[in-house]
Amino acid sequence: MTKWMNELGPDGDIIISSRIRLARNLEEFPFPIALTKGKSKEVHELISDTILKGNSSLKNECKFIELNEISSLERQVLVEKHIISPYLAANYEKSAALLNQDESISIMINEEDHIRIQCLLPGFQLENAFDIADKVDDVLEEGVKYAFDEKLGYLTSCPTNIGTGIRASVMIHLPALSMVGYMNRILQAANQIGLAVRGLYGEGTEFIGNVFQISNQLTLGRSEKEIIQNLKDVTKQIIQKERDARSTILSNNKIQLEDKIYRSFGILCNARILTTQECMKLLSDVRLGMDLGILKDVSTENVNEIMVLIQPSYLQKQANKSLSSNERDIRRATMVREKLKY
Amino acid sequence: MICEKCNKRPATVHLTKILNDTKTELHLCEQCAKQTEQVTFENSFSINNFLTGILDSIQDSPIKVDYIQATKCDHCGMTYGKFKQIGRLGCSKCYHAFYEKLNTLIKRIQGNESHIGKIPKRAGGSLRIKNQITELKIKLNDAIRKEAFEDAAYLRDQIKELQNQIKREA
Ligand SMILES: [Zn+2]
Ligand SMILES: [Zn+2]
Repeated sequence: MTKWMNELGPDGDIIISSRIRLARNLEEFPFPIALTKGKSKEVHELISDTILKGNSSLKNECKFIELNEISSLERQVLVEKHIISPYLAANYEKSAALLNQDESISIMINEEDHIRIQCLLPGFQLENAFDIADKVDDVLEEGVKYAFDEKLGYLTSCPTNIGTGIRASVMIHLPALSMVGYMNRILQAANQIGLAVRGLYGEGTEFIGNVFQISNQLTLGRSEKEIIQNLKDVTKQIIQKERDARSTILSNNKIQLEDKIYRSFGILCNARILTTQECMKLLSDVRLGMDLGILKDVSTENVNEIMVLIQPSYLQKQANKSLSSNERDIRRATMVREKLKY
Repeated sequence: MICEKCNKRPATVHLTKILNDTKTELHLCEQCAKQTEQVTFENSFSINNFLTGILDSIQDSPIKVDYIQATKCDHCGMTYGKFKQIGRLGCSKCYHAFYEKLNTLIKRIQGNESHIGKIPKRAGGSLRIKNQITELKIKLNDAIRKEAFEDAAYLRDQIKELQNQIKREA
């Protein structure tokens, strides 16, 4: 079970998940790009021993995975669930991960930095996610010595992460703002105040299903608390704008909105072939329908989960074989029909 | 910039020399800098052993190396050119090796140059001691200026003790 996919968090009608990621490096090793395979194993051991042989509760909760010991499909499923980064999967020869049972904590080893602590929680709870990541950081520090500079803070392989090494982000569903054509303005405004807006799977991915990831870009010269507060304040405003847009559409174009939502629901419940693109678009309408109480018999958690289950690698893992794009579209439609039948 | 001594290799070491109250700047290549440094360093010892001992413990010999603009990190072999291509540094020491250039870059991308926020417990421990040392060094400077050599010697010992403490903890 993956916590963020199966539970509805605070403001869960709009915020799918909140994530904190801390970048850390070990003082005595070169950064991962300059690590030999042998040395990268030493890093794995040092970090896994700290967690698995330490005396925190993480010891019993976490399992250690060498990424070259699982199949490429399994790696991609972890990426689709947002549990590990695409870069960690691509760098599988040298990388590893420690995951807890509900996959809310993931310690990525030899990503761009030696350590990327991630805490991913459902809904809008950045502070809780930070508290957890911060504690994991303290546990790790008992066993390893971090690369830290008094002036520059935590030293990272890329200077864009230096200082606090923190990346705070929210995954947010904004169908109404997209419908009223307000998204471009949000994107511009966010950029101006140092926030980045990306698609569902991070940098370079398209905005599908009206799902956006908003995160801080700057990491140096402001505290973790300030960075989180800033993202939180902006996100609150966006949530408010989305709620306003929803009620405007609901009061001015109720029947048209209902029509759109029921049509989308109808296609999802009956289609035999679905591309990811179409499916995500329809799921966005259905999620909105549930959040507005128009569709009653399906739950929002359900849609969060389906959004991952329909991804290419997940479908192939379910089928236990690699599938052509056409085969995937057929299986995707089947998967959605079954899931919406509950 | 070409080395002022051999006039052949590019100058990568930039020195400020303070001798007899006159300040001269020197721009040298690495090879020439090594030679020059040794010569001048030895000269500085001929002043007064006691005072030099203190000056030495403060931080510097009369030579102050402003910055060394390395083109390569000795620790991991990363060059600044390669960093510009791939956007990733090779190790934490790269931040020292490319300090000059990185500092400008960091300021430009981050809009800030100093860390605020979490300090790790381990590095934090020595950070606190380092701050203490800095304070004592200021007092030491004061004592030397007032020619209060007894106080200076006492402060110098305290600094040494703290420096040893950092070494022991490392
Ligand atoms: Zn020269
Ligand atoms: Zn280096």
